[in-house]
Amino acid sequence: MADSDVLHAKHVLEYPYSRSVGPVIGAFLTALRDGRFVGVVGSGGSVIVPPTEYDPITGDDTGELVEVGPGGVVESWAWVSHPRRKHPLAHPFAWALITLDGAGTALLHAVDAGAPDALSTGARVTARFRPAGERVGSMSDVEAFVLEGGAAR
Amino acid sequence: MSPAAAGRTVRPVSIASFAQAQNVRRDDVHNEVEGLLPVIEEVFSTIGITKDDVDFICSGSTDYLIGGPFSFVMALDAVGVWPPRAESHVEMDGAWALYEAWVLLQEGKADAALVYSFGRSSLGDLGEILTLQLDPYYLAPLGPDIVSLSALQARALIDAGKASEADFAAIASRSRRDALGNPKAQVRQDVAVEVLLADDYVVSPLRRHALPPITDGAAAIVLAAGDKATRWSERPVWITGIDHRSETHSLGARDLTTSPSTASAAAMAGLGAGPVDLAEIHAPFAHQEIILKEALGLDDAVAVNPSGGALAANPLMSAGLIRIGEAANRIASGGADRAVAHATSGPCLQQNLVCVLEGA
Repeated sequence: MADSDVLHAKHVLEYPYSRSVGPVIGAFLTALRDGRFVGVVGSGGSVIVPPTEYDPITGDDTGELVEVGPGGVVESWAWVSHPRRKHPLAHPFAWALITLDGAGTALLHAVDAGAPDALSTGARVTARFRPAGERVGSMSDVEAFVLEGGAAR
Repeated sequence: MSPAAAGRTVRPVSIASFAQAQNVRRDDVHNEVEGLLPVIEEVFSTIGITKDDVDFICSGSTDYLIGGPFSFVMALDAVGVWPPRAESHVEMDGAWALYEAWVLLQEGKADAALVYSFGRSSLGDLGEILTLQLDPYYLAPLGPDIVSLSALQARALIDAGKASEADFAAIASRSRRDALGNPKAQVRQDVAVEVLLADDYVVSPLRRHALPPITDGAAAIVLAAGDKATRWSERPVWITGIDHRSETHSLGARDLTTSPSTASAAAMAGLGAGPVDLAEIHAPFAHQEIILKEALGLDDAVAVNPSGGALAANPLMSAGLIRIGEAANRIASGGADRAVAHATSGPCLQQNLVCVLEGA
């Protein structure tokens, strides 16, 4: 059977839910759009970043929003030599859990460090935001984090 | 048999039968129903019963593997549900389906149940599919695949001084060697640690051998209580405790080098009431075995994953249920008296189930 005889039908599977991000996640995403980070005060007084409406450990309601970052410390990292299609950077980079200055929990993001030997646990990094006109209120408003004092491209 | 776990009185329920499909990298020939059919047939015929001897059916699977909604309904054709019968499903590993069935048996609403699970990991790209289980605002938009997240956990373990890359290779080497005794396993070979350490990094610090294989598979267990438990088994294997606990989905709010949910599930399941001869631990990534052994309080005298574990075959949605079945088989055959089985779900051991088994 020739290829042209084969019936083709496009099938798109999707879950077309729309969600409201609410007052806490919404505040965080809005702050990203403005080029800054906020966290929320948890039940033990520690600042939770990224913020949630409840304390992730105790389940209690969280309190006021406070500004954190944009610098922070790498808590753990993993080097990606071959980025996947949906990764934030198309060239080799590190995933890192980053505790922003003023925060008590870590945020996951990419670190554009150039090479794995440039990075270590405890390294200081800072956020490289996209230009103001390109920010939409999402995690990808931060293009990547970069090592403080030595930004890779 | 001790029916008391953590102060709770439980109705004795036994693992009466266990069967699993041949674990393979890719089954292009059989669809989900065809893959399940021989497993369901075997789990019944081994103990000489039919579907009419169970009062309840519960399955574990995920629509995200097959790429279509309500795929578990189709899978029921592998059992045949006429006349109509009580049935349920969890979008989780079959170990959690077993938990639901166990709860129903506790309530006395059923005396026997069929639990099964299935999944063809080969159909899609797990690096993208498993990302869909993450927090949809803070994690999923960045596209972190399961290997990358597990690598962050492995690095944290190394940084904490709890493990080295050589430890990961040693676990993989032992698992593959143990799998030589398991004809259903997928990765079966005697390969030295030094050879494995020459593997490339997939995502550093994880080399190829520290990752689970991609596996198509299925598994089934029959649970029985009362007369049926003693009638269907020469040496019933009793569930003396079972519990599951979850941790926050905020990955950066967890200490990834520990598993407090495993520890609390183990306490609730009464694991500490006595020693165990063996542990079947669902650790898809090599380093996770180290974290789980500590959380379960296992010393080096306990045989871990004599089946080869998830590093030798990791059929998504079944690898946890298989741990319970493998542990039960070793007790039933007289090779062990008390064992612990564990199942995990979510990124970096987010949710954990612990099941304590004892021979009569």
